[in-house]
Amino acid sequence: MIFDKNRMALGAFGFFAALMVIFIIARPSLFLQPDIYSAVFVTLPVFVIMSVSLVFVVVAGEIDLAFPSIIGVSAWVYGIMVEIGVSPGLAFLPALFVGGLAGFVNGILVTKVKLSSLVSTLGMNFFLRGLINIGTQGHGISLTNVTGTVFEQVMVGKLGIFPVQMLWGVAFTAMGWFLFNRHNFGLHIRCIGDNRDSSREMGINVERTKVAAFILVGLCAAVAGVWTSLINQTFYPTTGDGYMLQILAAVFVGGTPTWGGVGTIVGSFIGACTIGFIETGVIACGLTGFFTQFFYGLIIILSLTGHRFNKGKTRL
Amino acid sequence: MPLFEFKNLSKRFGRIEAVSGVDVSIGECEVVGILGDNGAGKSTMVGMIAGVYQPDNGEILVDGRRMTKWDVAIARGAGIETVFQDRALADQQSITTNIFMGREIRKALGFIDVRRQRQESATLIREMGLTSRLIDPDTAILTLSGGERQGVSIARALYYRAKLVILDEPTTALSLTESEKVFQFIRKLKDERCSCIFISHNIYHSYDICDRFVVLDRGKIAYQCSKEETTAESLIKDMQKIAKGVNRMSS
Repeated sequence: MIFDKNRMALGAFGFFAALMVIFIIARPSLFLQPDIYSAVFVTLPVFVIMSVSLVFVVVAGEIDLAFPSIIGVSAWVYGIMVEIGVSPGLAFLPALFVGGLAGFVNGILVTKVKLSSLVSTLGMNFFLRGLINIGTQGHGISLTNVTGTVFEQVMVGKLGIFPVQMLWGVAFTAMGWFLFNRHNFGLHIRCIGDNRDSSREMGINVERTKVAAFILVGLCAAVAGVWTSLINQTFYPTTGDGYMLQILAAVFVGGTPTWGGVGTIVGSFIGACTIGFIETGVIACGLTGFFTQFFYGLIIILSLTGHRFNKGKTRL
Repeated sequence: MPLFEFKNLSKRFGRIEAVSGVDVSIGECEVVGILGDNGAGKSTMVGMIAGVYQPDNGEILVDGRRMTKWDVAIARGAGIETVFQDRALADQQSITTNIFMGREIRKALGFIDVRRQRQESATLIREMGLTSRLIDPDTAILTLSGGERQGVSIARALYYRAKLVILDEPTTALSLTESEKVFQFIRKLKDERCSCIFISHNIYHSYDICDRFVVLDRGKIAYQCSKEETTAESLIKDMQKIAKGVNRMSS
């Protein structure tokens, strides 16, 4: 029963565990020490909150490809706010607002204008990145004056060698789990992705629920953007750019299928860890950076193949 | 006094008069079979009863009270639940999720009372007699047979204390044993003092279960009788006569 219910997440965990065992065998001196984990945990939370929030959109039967640029735009807004003298904590609010607003626009394009989410969010991704490029003319914003402030410590500080943001990432995953499994928002998301017409007939507000899912991704992208900028102590116009395919891969490696209606929050967390550890692991094992894409690909294909055969009584 | 009365209902779609001047009343614990060939106006009729279509003409009385407005929400409020032809189920979700879909039992802040929902649906599954195999509240719909799926839909209507359940071709595409299961569910509805409208174009599918028959033909009532007044055979003969009448007119 319990195994059957958590089949997808358990599959993802088995895969992650196997990967870590390989790393540990390959470089025990590194992977049995805490240092490498605290290094990975610096940026892993970005993968975690994005892939967890994307579960809601994917399970609702949509996709969001605009989040890398929403990360960028929110970080940009944060940078501007800090630059004009807004306190680091207060500057977080407009960044969140812009992230949420971008998500709202995505949601409206999909539900009211009835565009395909695949294409409309792809368009939004280019559009928002274009805005950043035009606005910044390629120049970044230094955020060194934020370093050491209470806000910075709360967001990306360290507890000993442990990055605080990882705690936020875990806390967010727990919150996401409750939202997905115990709250009517998550339940409606699942029903809508499963059978939109039935959901409508039973009185679920399909449009509003989908818009809320896009807003959730937008808000998380804003958090990710601020995190990234604080970690780098700089806003780069390219902030968020490299995340698209890795984070999407994390969702599917985590065991959430592409067809909607079902998904797993814990799986997404584990998928994010799998993807997050590959680059570090591959290099720590003594291979060059040229190998990382190869291993991303290999691991994505192997884990999806694993999920394909690890299906209980679900859709074939 | 009948529970629901529909007087002189008419509905046009453009130039086609789908239903014209039909009177139907439904009493307590009564299963009314609406029969008719394709295009006879069965679905339009039922659409008006369920509030999906606004009648162009006619009166709707609930417990003898005349309704001034009529739509899906009002019909539901009056106790009319439709078991949709596509069954309105989400296949990958559990029975519990489907029963409570859109009307979850909630705690504070929109969180769902998962435990109570499971208990309620376990009771409902038992009452409905959905116990043939390893069915529990967490069973996904896609593992159920066609008849069992109808059972979940009917259980859902029952749970919300429906006074009248509309079943739109519930046995189409079901095997004989599966259809028999659906009939059991309908008998269960009757036991719970719930009335039922059973739409079908197959008399054999509805004869056993219905108390009264309304035969529609091109938007009008061609024939109305109670079960005591007729047999399945004579109903078929009458329907064939009606069908022949159509052919003669069209040729």
